Amino acid sequence: MSVNNETVEKIASLAKLKIDEEKLDEARSEFNKILDWMAQLDEVDTDGVEPLVSVNSQQLVCREDVVTDGNKKAEILANAPASEFGYFSVPKVVE
Amino acid sequence: MSELTKLTIAEALNGLKEKKFSAKELTEAYIDKMNAGRRFNAYVSETPEIALKAAEVADKNYASGTPRALEGIPLGIKDLFCTKGVRTTACSHIIDNFVPPYESTVTEHLFNAGAVCLGKLSMDEFAMGGSNENSCFGPVINPWSKDVPLVPGGSSGGSAAAVCAEMCAGATGTDTGGSIRQPAAFCGIVGIKPTYGRCSRYGIMAFASSLDQAGPMGKDVRDCALLLHVMAGYDEKDSTSARQEVPDFEKVLGQDVKGLKIGVPAEYRPEGLNKEIADAWDKAAAILKARGAEIVEISLPHTKYALPVYYIIAPAEASSNLARYDGIRYGNRVDGAHVDDVYVNTRSMGFGKEVKRRIMIGTYVLSAGYYDAYYVKAQKVRRLIQNDFNEAFKRCDVILTPTSPVTAFPIGDKSMAENPLNMYLNDVFTVSVNLAGLPAMSLPIGLSADGLPLGMQLIGKAFDEETVFKSAYALEQDAGFKRK
Repeated sequence: MSVNNETVEKIASLAKLKIDEEKLDEARSEFNKILDWMAQLDEVDTDGVEPLVSVNSQQLVCREDVVTDGNKKAEILANAPASEFGYFSVPKVVE
Repeated sequence: MSELTKLTIAEALNGLKEKKFSAKELTEAYIDKMNAGRRFNAYVSETPEIALKAAEVADKNYASGTPRALEGIPLGIKDLFCTKGVRTTACSHIIDNFVPPYESTVTEHLFNAGAVCLGKLSMDEFAMGGSNENSCFGPVINPWSKDVPLVPGGSSGGSAAAVCAEMCAGATGTDTGGSIRQPAAFCGIVGIKPTYGRCSRYGIMAFASSLDQAGPMGKDVRDCALLLHVMAGYDEKDSTSARQEVPDFEKVLGQDVKGLKIGVPAEYRPEGLNKEIADAWDKAAAILKARGAEIVEISLPHTKYALPVYYIIAPAEASSNLARYDGIRYGNRVDGAHVDDVYVNTRSMGFGKEVKRRIMIGTYVLSAGYYDAYYVKAQKVRRLIQNDFNEAFKRCDVILTPTSPVTAFPIGDKSMAENPLNMYLNDVFTVSVNLAGLPAMSLPIGLSADGLPLGMQLIGKAFDEETVFKSAYALEQDAGFKRK
């Protein structure tokens, strides 16, 4: 499977990244090189093989549904690039 | 007293207990080394004041006869571990001003055991890379370099270089595809990636959550045993951390390896494998055999597919994990007219080239229409790779391989800069272990003709770090490797 510039741009937009127009060809060719290399997996017969999502075999446990943490507004906002009135602030979203 | 930094952690703990020197003197010796070693560019944040304060506490505890397990031992911390009140950056511009309001579980364990924090160590951005050249603070220089500056390996390159140059007594690392073991091999030190789940991932900036594991990097096998014992353990803040007893790893050091079955996989000796590395591998097998271990030829048939599987799964998970860096809650923000522009501008400015590349690949393999062809396919082959190990471990107790197909290479290597695949290929001997979630250690076995360290890898069954430690210790005793 090989991709064109349009697909690369679409992927970039899904990933919230911008690729400069003049770097698009380079990005596409690099992308295709990597995808070609990945295509060697097609050689492997995986019929009936269960996908391995995690090596962790233990059962997840439930804990009691109670608050264990909180009242940390100042700490949470301390690293925000912009905050106002105790909230994270962003440019206007709704017109 | 610069000779203090030559001591291993075990030796330093004895010296402190016997009051041969104080924790303050030990810490000062390391701070001097840290200052003298700035040319290596291993530290991205130095915290001498915090270190000296902790050393003071340590000296009080020794005076009152109540020292903790690592009382007064100065450590360096990979800059991926959140440290409360100390800037933590993952060596990425996108978050290079982040001061965590909380402590990672692993570093909390270490500091609660009396360890002293010297500072934060460089790494490839978000742990993506095998040379430490992807750090936003510039490359780290391998202390073994002669005329040409060499890479320390990566991603835990700052950790490996700092341990090697005695700028800390030991360090933390993380390993997603070889990021502890490969730099340990390049710098001639010891590092272990424990079984997935052995150490809590809480407070470690996530790269690929199903693969990431923290582990220690130290001057020798014993130091890694001491460090891992403190770092490991169940943590309710990480649902994947294992509810398993943490054994006293140090206890097994020196135990007989007679009768132990050492697996040697045929697939790790591809045609054209560097002869020095192949010879070092034979030497390691001969050492264990001479001690009465039995060498068993095994097969891990899907080895060649581990790299493409890894470079699908790891970027897929990374693309999800790194979605959080959007310039809203933490890190840097590059403004834009609309909130969407803020995301795009922030991420395009903040992430480096390799990180962007992996986010793009990850986004692609997870996108509609390609999910089954790439991502699910890779997960299926991942199962086959795990099955290979399960089969192999029916015939052997531990597996011996080289850590890396190459020794430390020059900074700015052209073939790797031009083609990212050439860099990815260096992970060929390490990634399978992460995919299968197994413990594996790298330790130095000797030097190449160029005078560069050669690393050997010992892979154990899940939660059987003890056999890894036991066989590594035997190997270390007889290999006669001299630390830099």
